[in-house]
Amino acid sequence: MRFGRRNDLDTVTFHGVMVLLAAVCVVILIAPTLIVLIVSFTNGFSLKFPPPGYSLRWYAALIDAWQLHFAALNSLKIALWTTGLSIVLGVAAALGIAHSKTLTAKVLDSLFMSPLVLPALAFGLSALMLFSVVGLPVSPLTLVIGHTIVCVPYVIRTSVAALAQLDPVLLESSASLGASRLYSFRRITLPLIRPGIMAGGFIAFMSSFDNVPVSLFLRDARTDMLPIRMWQDLEGKLDVTIAAVSGVLIVFTIAMMILMERVAGLSRRLR
Amino acid sequence: MASTAPPSPLRTVTAYELKLAWPLGAFFLLFFLAPLVLLFFVSLYTNTEMTNFGPTQYAKFLFDPFSLKVLGSTLWLGVEVTALCLLLGFPLAYVYLRVPGWAQGVLILIVLLPLLTSVVVRTFAWIVILGRQGIVNTVLLDLGLIDSPLRLLYTEGGVVVALAQVQMPLMVLPLITALTRIDPNLSDASAALGAGYWRTFFKVTLPLTLPGVIAGCLLTYAAALSAFITQTLVGGGQMLFMPMYLYQQASTLNNWPFAAAISFIFLVAVLAVITIFNMLGKISQGYVNV
Repeated sequence: MRFGRRNDLDTVTFHGVMVLLAAVCVVILIAPTLIVLIVSFTNGFSLKFPPPGYSLRWYAALIDAWQLHFAALNSLKIALWTTGLSIVLGVAAALGIAHSKTLTAKVLDSLFMSPLVLPALAFGLSALMLFSVVGLPVSPLTLVIGHTIVCVPYVIRTSVAALAQLDPVLLESSASLGASRLYSFRRITLPLIRPGIMAGGFIAFMSSFDNVPVSLFLRDARTDMLPIRMWQDLEGKLDVTIAAVSGVLIVFTIAMMILMERVAGLSRRLR
Repeated sequence: MASTAPPSPLRTVTAYELKLAWPLGAFFLLFFLAPLVLLFFVSLYTNTEMTNFGPTQYAKFLFDPFSLKVLGSTLWLGVEVTALCLLLGFPLAYVYLRVPGWAQGVLILIVLLPLLTSVVVRTFAWIVILGRQGIVNTVLLDLGLIDSPLRLLYTEGGVVVALAQVQMPLMVLPLITALTRIDPNLSDASAALGAGYWRTFFKVTLPLTLPGVIAGCLLTYAAALSAFITQTLVGGGQMLFMPMYLYQQASTLNNWPFAAAISFIFLVAVLAVITIFNMLGKISQGYVNV
């Protein structure tokens, strides 16, 4: 921390307040994650903190929790399909709108980004209405369609940002050396924007895996989803098994996050 | 990229055609715009059997004090959450740019972790923290500050803090971007001219980051309004906000026309707020780029 030259009241109060508020912010950001991790190792039957003792019993209990397994597997399948579809549609759209300054491109960009700010629950309900009007019963297909609408903006955002940094001279040289457009795309554009696509795909995957508002309307008992299963378990009773599930999810998220930071520079692409 | 220049052969190799966006455009038309149009259509039915048309659902909402209170408290909840995120998030972004590189790496991961962790997990954490046997009550009891556990869960304060944690990354990330763009010479110049840190902050730093502040507020506000899981689990049954109201009408009561009208009013309210934010953003952008 670089402190100023003049050591008067102004300097002390300013830095004091800034550091104090930032510290409160850091505590609020990490405390919940740490506390859930600690509570998940309790040997008791309640969510008391600090736990009376430590054990792996709730993690052991997960092995037999077939409802959670079923829901987790469903969520994983839907998230993978959603990520695939979001990348195919999203990267193509990003290529189309990234360098275009036309009004159509601007309108499309706003349209593709709007699911990020509009209430997803309202979209979930309206999608259910559409599918029931056209006679399409809720299924993994309707879930993937609904999830793709709310997840594709992340892929577009990171891909457009990566394309903006792509030096057009590279493509010009490639073309002047006789490369076809497809060849230039495969050998120049794609490798250079791949980290952006990966970062966006990762966020799309996580937000599909975590989606509640859209799944709530577009799933049924056969397509039970993990976050909804957990939410309903929590509404009924405060189950310590959920702490163990949370522990698994937190470790998985941190591991994936560090991996994506290494291979795709995740944090730079989210700003 | 001058659009007035005749298309050179090079232009065609460096730019991709807009038509690549059409597949997703068609996808959005079918599965995003069409459902929203249908939603409006359904909201115009006067009865749950959906036989008669009329604006009665809107009248029912807009002349019902209970519904208006739900809308009002939802919009107000967003204001509280956004204000708390800004109050705590700005100092974090400010400190972030003044710490060494390794600390920046740690801080950014701390900011990103909640963004990527499941919302149910994050909300569950707040139940553990704020519960009767939670850490806050344990500490206060041990210190002898209170005699019996406080009720922290199922209070508006609890919902605001939990939501602030859930949405904090949406505020901090644009703020970091905005602060990075400020020329450091400006605050040095301000100091050289005799302004203290507080004065420099309010007269130079804050005005220059306004576009970032507005972008962060927009994302945080929109996300706080639609945060269904956190609102229901930390808020409990006593506090009703728009997402749960909508869900109850649609799922529990099967009243699709009224649920559609609630959705539509909710959408319009959010759109109105976004429009205001965007206008403020344009004004602040002009201010910064003088």
